[in-house]
Amino acid sequence: MSFAAIFVPDFPVEAVLHLEPELRSRAVSVLEGKPPLQKIWGLNDNARRTGLEIDMTRLQAEAWPDLVLRCRSALQESAAHAALLACAQSFSPRVEDTACDTVVLDISGMESLFGPHAKLARDLARRASDLGVEANVAVASNPDVATIAARGFSGVTVIAAGQEQERLGNLPLEVLFANQNNERNQFLDTLERWGIRNLRAFAALPEMAISERLGKRGVYLQKLARGATSRTIVPVDPPLVFEEVVELECPLVLLEPLAFLLNRLLEQICARLSARALATQELRLKLELGQEEESGGTRVLARRAQTFTRTLRLPVPMLDAKVFLKLLQLDLQANPPGAPIKKIWLSAEPAKARAAQGGLFLPPSPEPEKLELTLARISGIVGEGKVGSVELLDTHRPEGFRIEHFTPATPEQKKSKANGDLDRNAVITALRMFRPRLSATVTLRDGKPALISCPKKKEVQGEVIWQAGPWRSSGDWWQPNSWARDEWDIALQTHAGVALYRLVRDLLTGRWFVEGTYD
Amino acid sequence: MSSLLVCAQPATGRPEAFRTTEKPALLLKRLSTVPHLSRVTPASRLEVRPAPETVSSGIAEIDALTGGLPRGCLTEIYGPASSGRTSLLLATIAAATQRQEACALVDVSDAFDPQSAAAAKVDFKNLLWVRCDPESKKNPPRRRGDTKKFSSAQANRSSRAWEPCLEQTLKTTDLLLQSSGLGLIAIDLGDIPLEAARRIPLTSWFRFRRAVENTPTVLLVVGQAPCARTCASLLLRMEGQRSAISPQLSVRKIPEPAQLLEGLHLQVEFVRSRLERKPAQSDRAALETRAAWTG
Repeated sequence: MSFAAIFVPDFPVEAVLHLEPELRSRAVSVLEGKPPLQKIWGLNDNARRTGLEIDMTRLQAEAWPDLVLRCRSALQESAAHAALLACAQSFSPRVEDTACDTVVLDISGMESLFGPHAKLARDLARRASDLGVEANVAVASNPDVATIAARGFSGVTVIAAGQEQERLGNLPLEVLFANQNNERNQFLDTLERWGIRNLRAFAALPEMAISERLGKRGVYLQKLARGATSRTIVPVDPPLVFEEVVELECPLVLLEPLAFLLNRLLEQICARLSARALATQELRLKLELGQEEESGGTRVLARRAQTFTRTLRLPVPMLDAKVFLKLLQLDLQANPPGAPIKKIWLSAEPAKARAAQGGLFLPPSPEPEKLELTLARISGIVGEGKVGSVELLDTHRPEGFRIEHFTPATPEQKKSKANGDLDRNAVITALRMFRPRLSATVTLRDGKPALISCPKKKEVQGEVIWQAGPWRSSGDWWQPNSWARDEWDIALQTHAGVALYRLVRDLLTGRWFVEGTYD
Repeated sequence: MSSLLVCAQPATGRPEAFRTTEKPALLLKRLSTVPHLSRVTPASRLEVRPAPETVSSGIAEIDALTGGLPRGCLTEIYGPASSGRTSLLLATIAAATQRQEACALVDVSDAFDPQSAAAAKVDFKNLLWVRCDPESKKNPPRRRGDTKKFSSAQANRSSRAWEPCLEQTLKTTDLLLQSSGLGLIAIDLGDIPLEAARRIPLTSWFRFRRAVENTPTVLLVVGQAPCARTCASLLLRMEGQRSAISPQLSVRKIPEPAQLLEGLHLQVEFVRSRLERKPAQSDRAALETRAAWTG
């Protein structure tokens, strides 16, 4: 059996750097607690080198000139942890969620798929880095040894079977513990007093004596130090949730900086989806807004939070962060949040990635990603609900249609339809609609329109030289918006010839309208 | 009056003079001896561009008259109201959608009637309908070339009312042409007054012509009068009878005095084609439409 462990050192800081990768070269520390009693909870190596230590107060930390201080965010840590799990699950289906900063995966039999263990470990580290998390990876024949090696050695480590005790020997005793707690401190104090400082010395102690002095827990820890434990991993099957969150220290007012943040979130989500060979068909953006209130002559953010949600539904599964960003930008330009943004949630509904085989002899069709962008841009120009394909409604009511999202036929649908010959029918006399319909004054002779005048369209006036009708129709009488009308087809003499119009009399109001022209 | 044509000889660098009063044949012969100019291909020997692929317009009479609508070119159909422009447009869209091509209709005056389109057997699944809205508050920033024309102080009120729609049309058509992959893009300027339609800058039509070149898209413009001018590769004029009503209308009387509009008798004139290397000649074809209710 072979196991790989992925460990993220300084996890609270990595959770911050996961969304703000440009801070990676700077000294960053994460604060925990309620102001003003905040203390340093996590540090990166750059911060540690400057002399900062855990548990320093915020006031002390602020004395460091180039230090970046961030508040600890449970949401960001869970997003980083989800990225870690996604990374592991892209290599193996058997993944154990060992701790928030550690995952263990069973890689037995994966050599034929991913190559030797050293290559697999390197690939794991690279994938984690792609997902925005810098991690240590260790491969061993035992899950506990792999975990300890990942905690103790930076980078990629491969420990061959039988060499566990020798390789782990030089590591400090701290690597035996996942968390800082009282038990850990007591244990380390005891061993410090005994002069035991590394795993080799601890492993060399007689087991009976350890049992007498440190009890059952001590014996287990010694087995860990020898690399002699044996356990089965507990695989998890986390729900497919692809969500990223950013909590902002300063509220955002402009859409441009928001686009930078959205870009990062989208890239993370797309990387996670890609690791699972998935795409998305629905993006949900939720913004927590702060209402500004006047207080003592200055504008301050009220505590009352309000959420603003936008959902982006795509006709086909897609996986292109740039397209998503542009679509979100266009959507937010059309529907701005209207208040400063304090928190951003972005989630993607996973969907099976589309696989389409184009055909040489199939008619051309626009690329779905490009088409979506074009439609969004056109919507921004002509307004929402003015672009799409028509769906006729099952009614005789005039204007009985609605606009739907335009999704051209897929290659499969085209293949099935393209076999038939073209249906060549006689040409239909088309009607051009006047929207809104034009109000008209009609003079009747023998109950038929004889003279018409339409103030809004000068061409539609004069003597009616021919008419046909009336064609009476009505409907929806059981509803408040019932309708009843008489339709006439009329011909008028114009300077360019004869023009044909559809004239309508609304029977409920008695008014005349010119609805359109036959053309 | 003669002028002097001076050409530097590449070998020696010395200028050589030619008098344009010389006979053309003699002048050409002398010019061809200059090594530098001998590499220039005369216009008469330029390679003939391959004829564009044509597609059916959905009407046999039009196809027989024109040979079909060319892909990668701008085709313009014009005529007065009730001359059958929209019927031809719907037939073309129906034919394209039945070929499973994605089509777009930029409806400048929001005049498209889905019921007529359904009767013409348009496959709505493949038709993108863009309804320009004069009251849209989201008008895009104007292009520099477009502003010049549209912001003219002398523009009359009726044409000014269509300015937002025309701006939306130009912008939308640009986007559709850039998106590529559409089989047909139709711009319906049928209800736009002539003065407003002619205010569309010629540069826009050139841009459209360049954008549609070497693509499988048919760019179709329907209007009251030709407005794309030299950019149109194919120009068709639709017309009815001038004064008499009977030849244009096909009327069925059932029984007296009730009458039905069965269809229209129309005429199509093939005005111009830039696709064939022969002098343009006008040709005509008769066309009949039938009312949607005839089934």
